[in-house]
Amino acid sequence: MLTIKDLTVKFPSRFGDFTAIEDVDMTIKPGEIHGLVGESGAGKSTVGAAVIGLLQAPGFVAHGSLTLGDTDLRDLTVAQAHKVRGDRISMIFQDPQTSLNPLMTIEDQLIETIQAHSDASESAARKRAVDLLEEIGIENAAQRIKAYPHQFSGGMRQRVVIALAISTDPELIIADEPTTALDVAVQSQVLDLIQRLAKERQIAFMLITHDIGVIAQVANRVTVMRKGRVMETGDTAQVLGAPKHPYTKALMDAVPPLDRKLDRFRVPDVDGTVAADGDVAENWLLEGQQHERTGMSLNNLTVQFAGPRTSLFRKPLPYVALDEVTLNIKPGSIMGLVGESGSGKSTLAKAITGLVTPSSGEMVLGGTELPYGKSRSRHHPSRQLVQMVFQDPYSSLNSRHRIGDILAEPLWLYGFVKEAAEREKLAASMLSLVGMQPDAITKYPHQFSGGQRQRIAVARALLARPRFLICDEPTSALDVSIQAEILNLLKDLQSKFGLTILFISHNLAVVRQMADDIAVLRNGMIEEVGETSAVYTTPQAGYTKSLLELTPVMPTSWPA
Amino acid sequence: MIEFLKKYEGLWLFVHSPAAMIAAFVAALIMLGAVFAPWLALVNPYDLSSFSLFDGLLPPAWQDGANPKYLLGTDDQGRDMISSILYGARLSLVIGLSALTIAAVLGVGLGLAAGYYGGRFDAIVMRIADVQLALPAILTALLIDGIARGILPAAIQQDLRVAVLTFAIALSLWVNFARTARASTFVQMNKEYVQAAIMMGQRPTRVMFVHILPNILGPLLVIMTVDLASAILLEATLSFLGIGLPADSPSLGTLIRIGMQFLLSGEWWILWIPTLFLVALVVSINILGDFLRVIFNPRLR
Repeated sequence: MLTIKDLTVKFPSRFGDFTAIEDVDMTIKPGEIHGLVGESGAGKSTVGAAVIGLLQAPGFVAHGSLTLGDTDLRDLTVAQAHKVRGDRISMIFQDPQTSLNPLMTIEDQLIETIQAHSDASESAARKRAVDLLEEIGIENAAQRIKAYPHQFSGGMRQRVVIALAISTDPELIIADEPTTALDVAVQSQVLDLIQRLAKERQIAFMLITHDIGVIAQVANRVTVMRKGRVMETGDTAQVLGAPKHPYTKALMDAVPPLDRKLDRFRVPDVDGTVAADGDVAENWLLEGQQHERTGMSLNNLTVQFAGPRTSLFRKPLPYVALDEVTLNIKPGSIMGLVGESGSGKSTLAKAITGLVTPSSGEMVLGGTELPYGKSRSRHHPSRQLVQMVFQDPYSSLNSRHRIGDILAEPLWLYGFVKEAAEREKLAASMLSLVGMQPDAITKYPHQFSGGQRQRIAVARALLARPRFLICDEPTSALDVSIQAEILNLLKDLQSKFGLTILFISHNLAVVRQMADDIAVLRNGMIEEVGETSAVYTTPQAGYTKSLLELTPVMPTSWPA
Repeated sequence: MIEFLKKYEGLWLFVHSPAAMIAAFVAALIMLGAVFAPWLALVNPYDLSSFSLFDGLLPPAWQDGANPKYLLGTDDQGRDMISSILYGARLSLVIGLSALTIAAVLGVGLGLAAGYYGGRFDAIVMRIADVQLALPAILTALLIDGIARGILPAAIQQDLRVAVLTFAIALSLWVNFARTARASTFVQMNKEYVQAAIMMGQRPTRVMFVHILPNILGPLLVIMTVDLASAILLEATLSFLGIGLPADSPSLGTLIRIGMQFLLSGEWWILWIPTLFLVALVVSINILGDFLRVIFNPRLR
């Protein structure tokens, strides 16, 4: 039905034309869910935008053909294209927070869309809107339809977006990362809905995502893209189960499995990350108190924030972010901490590092109790012993500072190395240790990719000679192949230097690869703690069970 | 070549923006003229012996009865207009730049600290800023002027006119800097590099000035340019109203005030030439400020 042939999209710039996608071929049949996977910058979204005719200026289709049924999409006038958009092709965006108008009720938005594409009367449109909401599984639709978007939860909002998309009976829906902003439980509901719509209404879906688990779960066919080109296309079972193209193979090797633990990921050597001589840094780390392993235990740790004020004269009720959390992290082990967004994972990390002040409970680092947030002095030993690797490598390095200065800072701050030249030397060697070229010290953060920046962030943390390292979602901003590299690096460093690590992630499969023990956090409370493989194979808490069931997984064997 | 262009994208945008180039040319011309006034000017308007009353009220060179020596004519005292303007611009720029510096140091310092510490300190600083904003700049200047007249001995009052004026202007400009610095600091505080610095136990002053300040410099530079124009205008306004500088050490504002007296008697040049000059200076500085904003905000490109 949708046929894309030799599609090439270019973006003219002052520095010559930039080819975003080149010679892309793809066909999608009615009722088919066609997964489009690739890492960031692969051109997935550009394909979707070209099909719906919403390429961002100044991008243009250089050559190739786009046909929907027997309509040539490149041949349409502006008015015709406008009619096709919404009428025959719809779109679902990533973020349901921003794709609905916050000032209009759901009803008004649905009616507006229905009436824009048919001459239904107001009451007919309203009836249809209610039916649609019922169809996508919103209970009590007749009343709920009067609500504003902010009165719906994230998953419900994404359903409303889907209702909007199907309100005009389109033939094709382009879903650009439709579940990336959602928690696993909600994600699985939305994916079920997409599958149902494809089956019942014979709508074709172009499902753009970076998450191969999602593709494995719902897509009939897959197209793998890289750097604007199609690497491989075919049935899901074939492409993911028995990939032919080396890139697809490498990609599949990098996907962390949920059902078993790999010792290391098989990753090909990438340019610029070849480890050179890091002996200086390695010896420096080892000669410190590095080999002395330090555990951390939290006893009844509670963190409260001021809640919304309900009265001018009364103190606002506290919002409990962490509720009596007790956790024991053994010296030299990796503790995985999982939970959905808002469960208090990051608050826990901030309480340990002193950025957030707990209201009660204690934190003990290797025998010494840590003072609470603001009362912890700048010179407290834990400032050096506890280090953190942050989620977003684009904001965790000061973009105005040279890499050398960023890395030398802990050495200078904690008085490890007095001479500036020595600091530079050690920083350069540390860069080699984390798999980067030592000449990077003269550059600035913007000259590096996300994965390289994360390596630099790890190097900075190590240069403080920490004994306890907190990794807060260290790979969730990275592509899956880069994620595999960083996870390998962390594993290597941990075993070399006996670090104790608190590894925070929402991704159960990633945690399985890293952690010796695992704690499941929900609404600020620990649901379950235990040895990792035990928790994954025989979860005790109901919540853990449902989390494990709902996480999209790669089947171990594909149906022939 | 492409690498070079990408690196100096600001420069590329500059040479492709006629408005910015003309503005930069005009502003540079005026500033150079002001800096080198003692060497360029025909007469020294502060030195009574260097000009003569007999040359008074001569029209510009292209009108009848002009003396070609005085290209843009003379005022009632016989002072060459060009010389007066160059010296006047010199004074205006000195006052404007020093007021700007004081305002920037005070405002950025307070704004950074307010954004960094937040809470009560932030509330106090921002309420003071609100009160300051509620007072029109002229009122602030009058207030300072009045206080200065009241407490300073008459003998040194004349010598301190420039200082009082500068201080008054600085006091009405610091709020802009404080608000911008505070808002940008708030944004940076949520960035992980700042949290990393705090977590590591770095001194607050270092976090503020070494880590945060370089990252909020963009918007502050824009404000600096726009506020330089405001400072010059404010000085002109105050001098025009007679609160600023006296007639024997004229700034641009004073020149315009003097010119007002001749508006209806046919000697138009005494008013219009300094006015046009002031407009050209302020407009070109504002255009440059606008251009800087485009450079620092990629979304506007």
